[in-house]
Amino acid sequence: MGAFTMPSLGADMDEGTLQEWLVRPGEQVRKGEAVAVVETAKSTLEVECFETGTVEELLVEPGTTVPVGTALALIAPFARAREARGEPDETVEKTPPRPKPRRTAPSSGTEAARAPTPTPARAHGHSEAGPLLRHLAERSGLDWAALHGSGPGGRVTRGDVERAAGGAARPPRIRATPLARRLAAELHVDLGSLTGTGTDGAVRAADVRSAAPGGATTPTPAHRAARPRTAEDRAFAMRQAIAALMTRANRDIPHYYLSTNVDMAAAMDWLHEHNRRSPVGERLLPAALLLKAAACAAREVPELNGFWVDGGFVPGDGVHLGVAVSLRGGGLVAPALHDADTLDLRQLMAGLKDLVVRARTGRLRGSDVSAPTITVTNLGDQGVETVYGVIYPPQVALVGFGRIVDRPSAVDGLLGVRPVVTATLSADHRATDGAVGARYLTAVDRLLQNPEQL
Amino acid sequence: MNRTEALELVKDSISRVVPGADLDALGPDDSFRDALEMDSLDFLGFIEALSDRSGVRIEDEDTQRLTTLSGTADFLVARAG
Repeated sequence: MGAFTMPSLGADMDEGTLQEWLVRPGEQVRKGEAVAVVETAKSTLEVECFETGTVEELLVEPGTTVPVGTALALIAPFARAREARGEPDETVEKTPPRPKPRRTAPSSGTEAARAPTPTPARAHGHSEAGPLLRHLAERSGLDWAALHGSGPGGRVTRGDVERAAGGAARPPRIRATPLARRLAAELHVDLGSLTGTGTDGAVRAADVRSAAPGGATTPTPAHRAARPRTAEDRAFAMRQAIAALMTRANRDIPHYYLSTNVDMAAAMDWLHEHNRRSPVGERLLPAALLLKAAACAAREVPELNGFWVDGGFVPGDGVHLGVAVSLRGGGLVAPALHDADTLDLRQLMAGLKDLVVRARTGRLRGSDVSAPTITVTNLGDQGVETVYGVIYPPQVALVGFGRIVDRPSAVDGLLGVRPVVTATLSADHRATDGAVGARYLTAVDRLLQNPEQL
Repeated sequence: MNRTEALELVKDSISRVVPGADLDALGPDDSFRDALEMDSLDFLGFIEALSDRSGVRIEDEDTQRLTTLSGTADFLVARAG
């Protein structure tokens, strides 16, 4: 039996609000499948589970805020699930085994398994009655004490509650993504009338859009206004979260800063040539080259790729490149491009586009924001030439790129005008010294001189 | 494609990339990239949308010129023939 717990979706997250379940008891789930929507101070995220099996019981109701590590649901591996299906109905006095801490999560995946191990789940007061069943009874206007229990020992089962409520206590839940639900509500589309094209027939936003009279709409601010929290609330909460994290960073991390100018003539020539030959959808931005170089350099200088935890350095289990994305209306998030050093430029560019779009439309997943091992901020588009960033704890380095500008530059003893970018490194002096940081920036420079090998 | 259609395509493509953009506040010769704070990814997304919808092949060299509603619409009309 595995417990699906409230994941840690960033160093600054202590608790999260379960906003919506995407699965029901009895449903089969696969590792990596989104099972719940969780709201943190910074964003609303779809959270994936780490086990393949059958959802046995949902322990926490939507709208509940719980600490990181709290068991949210019980998931039975398939073998056990088959056996469980032979049993009668779900009984309310069943005491589930104590949920295991998340150490059981496989470490090879790209999901939040890398997140700092959450504290073991605290004991839950659900031994008496499943809170969901009580909730279900309440919602159906039933008196819990008066319910007739048909389970072993007279226990009340879900079936009892549903029968007492006229068999329709809870209409079968249609599988759909949160965005699809919002769109359906907005566009007055009946989810039940759609054929889903997503995983296991889940209705996706595209299905709703194509069914909507008048065709597609993209998410508008109206969608956000319709949610329980207003945009102002969100902006405020995000400001608070950023303030807390950055205060901690500047208080705890003795930063040192390095900077170097990188000649981008070779990289830009290569890029223009590539783009000239490529259809629009496959064109690259200079950011793709810069990010790839930053990722490969992090692999070469692993001392900068990882976390400072409990007074020591813990190397990352791959280069998961955090990319600072500014949001319209203020604030930023830094989701990760997983294993960025192993992606070719085309894959990296596609991953970057996808990540930025999802960050800006509030559709990031838990695995996107969990534990980047080093972060890059690229303020070139904002017109500045140099950025010295603040490190995201518990990471130990932050790489900055400014705008690529034409500058007079001495090349082979001659003065010429070349495109140049200023690359900076902010690093944690507890973890490394300047010599290591210098090695990193030198590697970035060298890698960008051979763009065809990136 | 006439010019009115081209202009609609341009606006539509911008809206795809910047949901909720106030296009009515935008003058025909304003730089929408600056006015709407589009970064290079947004701009590339705009070019992709525009190219998809108009069927016009937009070369990388052309993109730097596509900065105003009016200029971009003219470009589309000229290229679509």
